[in-house]
Amino acid sequence: MTKLKLGVVVYPGSNCDHDAYYVLKEILAQDARLLWHKDSAIGDVDVIVLPGGFSYGDYLRCGAIARFSPIMEEVINFANKGGTVLGICNGFQILCEAGLLPGALLRNASLKFVCKYVHLRVEIAETRFTNRCKTGEVLHIPVAHGEGNYIAEDVTLRRIEENGQVVLRYCEADGTVSGRANPNGSVNNIAGIMNERGNILGMMPHPERASDPALRHTDGQKIFRSVFESFVLQENHQILT
Amino acid sequence: MFLAKILVTLRKSILDPQGKAVHHALQSLRMKDVQEVRIGKFIEMKIDSAEKARAEQVTEEACKKLLANPVMEDYAFSVEKI
Repeated sequence: MTKLKLGVVVYPGSNCDHDAYYVLKEILAQDARLLWHKDSAIGDVDVIVLPGGFSYGDYLRCGAIARFSPIMEEVINFANKGGTVLGICNGFQILCEAGLLPGALLRNASLKFVCKYVHLRVEIAETRFTNRCKTGEVLHIPVAHGEGNYIAEDVTLRRIEENGQVVLRYCEADGTVSGRANPNGSVNNIAGIMNERGNILGMMPHPERASDPALRHTDGQKIFRSVFESFVLQENHQILT
Repeated sequence: MFLAKILVTLRKSILDPQGKAVHHALQSLRMKDVQEVRIGKFIEMKIDSAEKARAEQVTEEACKKLLANPVMEDYAFSVEKI
């Protein structure tokens, strides 16, 4: 397969942009590139990654100002056309602010910045982002955020739960979803959600921080490799039909 | 010129851990009459407009598009001539 072209958007205040770029380019050997937020074109890319960090210093609300960056218009067009978009941490907040994902992320219930490894249960493996996992599999990936407390209105919450849009949930090592395993107070222990169409994923944990074998944790690779796999499946499907 | 004063508050249904923490601190100060604390944001905007109605319209638009997130926040504002 030819290399996938992945664009990692860099906002002023992003600080996980290079980690994502490094993992995609050096560890997973794909054609990754950094896209400056002031560019109005995303160019010829297959996947957009919105990285973690503190875009615009988290002023006003996390992600609220990044959402109006010049590049976002194209990112939104790309997403609306079905393009694959992965938002990590601050990227998840930006996707919610942009209305590409439902709900919002509030200050952690503990009021503390949480930086630690958590366990995540893969709720559904039939997605572009988790097809290299098994449903119910537990991933070990770190979180690092002060505002990851996911909320949505009751009707929205019911809808995303019923539609199978909740992809990742905070859990214990054995997969039990409990209050104790919830690092930030997120409703229903939600750690990552997709849009209805399934082409956009937002997740608070950082897969790029658990991808380099030198760091001894590589569960994050499963998320990225699933995205790559989804393109292989698509290609095969095109060949067959 | 008009001055818009905007209050952005967390919606009633949403827990405000920050307000809770401040409430605890006030209790530590023995201010027992304080029943609840909720924290929001105060924003001022100067608006170049000759008419109040227009200034209100601009403020409303700013609140809707950027200043408040309707999933978790409510807003209220007043506009006065300066």
